Amino acid sequence: MHIDKLEKNWAGISLGIAGLFVTVILGSAFLHGIHAPSNVETIDSAKLHLSAEFAEDKLGAHRNANGSITVRMVAGRYGFYPKELTLPAETEITFRWVSLDVIHGVHMPMTNMSTMIVPGYVAQVSTAFHHAGDYPVLCNEYCGMGHAHMWSNIKVVSKAQWEALNKQGGANHG
Amino acid sequence: MDNAAEKKLALTHFWVAFGSFGLAAVMGLYQVIERSGFFGFLESREVYYASVSTHGVLMGFVLTTFFIMGFGYYVANTTLKLPVWNKTFAWTGFGVALTGVVLAALPLLLGQASVLFTFYPPLMAHPLFYIGATLLVVGSWFWCVSMIVMYMQWKKANPDQPVPLAMFATTANAILWLWTSAGVAAEVLFQLIPWALGWIDTIDAGLARTLFAWTLHPIVYFWLIPTYTAFYTLVPKQAGGFLFSDEMARAAFILLVVFSLPIGFHHLYMDPEQGHGWKILHAVGTFVVTLPTFITGFTVIASLEIAGRLNGGKGLFGWIAALPWNNPMVLSIILGLLMLIFGGFGGLVNASYAMNAMVHNTAWISGHFHLIFGGTTIIMYFGIAYYFWPILTGKPLFCPSMAIAQLWSWFIGMVIMTTPWHILGLLGQPRRIDSVNYNNLLTISWEPYEVTMIFGGLILVVSAGMLVYNLYKTHLGSESYQGEVEYAEPIHAVKDLPSYLNSFTLWNIVIGIFMLIAFGYPILQFFLMETFGSGRWGV
Repeated sequence: MHIDKLEKNWAGISLGIAGLFVTVILGSAFLHGIHAPSNVETIDSAKLHLSAEFAEDKLGAHRNANGSITVRMVAGRYGFYPKELTLPAETEITFRWVSLDVIHGVHMPMTNMSTMIVPGYVAQVSTAFHHAGDYPVLCNEYCGMGHAHMWSNIKVVSKAQWEALNKQGGANHG
Repeated sequence: MDNAAEKKLALTHFWVAFGSFGLAAVMGLYQVIERSGFFGFLESREVYYASVSTHGVLMGFVLTTFFIMGFGYYVANTTLKLPVWNKTFAWTGFGVALTGVVLAALPLLLGQASVLFTFYPPLMAHPLFYIGATLLVVGSWFWCVSMIVMYMQWKKANPDQPVPLAMFATTANAILWLWTSAGVAAEVLFQLIPWALGWIDTIDAGLARTLFAWTLHPIVYFWLIPTYTAFYTLVPKQAGGFLFSDEMARAAFILLVVFSLPIGFHHLYMDPEQGHGWKILHAVGTFVVTLPTFITGFTVIASLEIAGRLNGGKGLFGWIAALPWNNPMVLSIILGLLMLIFGGFGGLVNASYAMNAMVHNTAWISGHFHLIFGGTTIIMYFGIAYYFWPILTGKPLFCPSMAIAQLWSWFIGMVIMTTPWHILGLLGQPRRIDSVNYNNLLTISWEPYEVTMIFGGLILVVSAGMLVYNLYKTHLGSESYQGEVEYAEPIHAVKDLPSYLNSFTLWNIVIGIFMLIAFGYPILQFFLMETFGSGRWGV
């Protein structure tokens, strides 16, 4: 068998390149906790309206004891509910998404708020917004004829503004 | 060698492939125009999604499968110098696959299967769509059996001899496809068909996505292996040179087969039904499978350099100019490698576990696979077609200069179409939208790119027309042509090949272990935890 020296060197270099990429990915995952959204948690998508967590009056933003915020959202043809929502900037926000029908994807462009929403499962993503403004929330997985019409809006305001808006406490349904 | 029957077999497969390609290309142009929103009278989401679904099935499943089968039969026949084993069996496979295509085409064209070529349950298509798709795969299994039988026949008659490289690669692809198609076959047979026929009421979309991910990555290597086979075994000869290393080529094909299989979860990075650890494991495997492509790039370019220097090219880059750029196959590889560099870069972004969140399911993804599949993989199918058509029909190529113009226009059209597509993705445009309806300023930034893409689509459809026209006129030609496929010789004759580079026994065991590790628990978990299936949803 004949393997040229140049080829051996190149194979070594290739291995080095792939190794470098893998090291960076593993480093960012395990040292900095940067993960793809993974949350193996099942839910009966046909009974969301009866569930303790995703019934209609439970949706939207909820303040947690540690100052972070949990947002519960339902995706269904063709919208994300609640359709309007105001959230604070510079705050740890955990989104919990469920589908009431088919597979959807949700992406807020220019942010890392992106996940698939598979019926039967709860998708969870944690992020923080650094800039105030209107963020479109777009469905990015084909879900039927109205796929291109499936979107909503999230308004991000400064932390102080948000506190003022939510002084009287309770759910923020916009 | 009298191989008229083999020629007919290969040519018939090729015509189904390129006929489907021509039809799908026209649909592609319609789609890029429709989605731009500049031509209101064309707007119809029903037609759009029926077209997208059909375009995907024709390009991804029909063009590829029939091309690969036709190519494989002829490679087996000409490298092994054996007649195709049991021609009735081969034609039966062809008939089963074609019946499947026709059955699937009915609901597709009637808008009853607008679920895209990736199925997406709990969206439900007409049962005929799933049954047709299954028959297409079953037909391709006939081909796999033929390839493996012929490989064994030859090995039995030539013990300890190295299997000719092109046939080694083709057998590797047959084995790869059997492993690959098992995932989608399980999804279709145990989930989709019983559910679509009403035998079971619910379907677990998480399990369905996991099974589809089993297939979704290695299927692109099934499509790519004929292209790489041509890179290694046909192009060096056409360029006027030799293959730089036969052994490294075998190693690359083995790595492709072994490592393309256990890595499908990079399609599920953003999914909720699989855990971090499994995704990271598949991410590492995804980077391992870049190795055979790095090796291929090196060996193939080294082979081209040998040819360029033999043709009188001097200096560091002079050999590039000395290549026969007017040979369709050589031009195909040059343009294909250029697209591979950019498409490969995009692929590394997609493969990067966390960075993928930025581009997942955006227009970037559609741009990426059009560049690397529609570009690199398919342009070599064209190169092979231009080389094979005169041999198979016994008539000279109708217009060689049109072939050169066609390859350039395909490359230019693909660049003009996919560059804006990538940018649209970075600007947040979701994939597979038939129109832009978001009341947000972001969408204004999309418009110039939508316009540019239309020009790319126009160039591509003209190019597709030139290909089909040239092949058709060649077939009808009156002059005669005598020739046979010539395979490249390696610069160092293959001697003392270790059995692990000449046999797949060991590698099948390795694949079995890898698949058990990579997919065993991730599939088992659906039966261990309490899951809730979904009912049937129309589109």
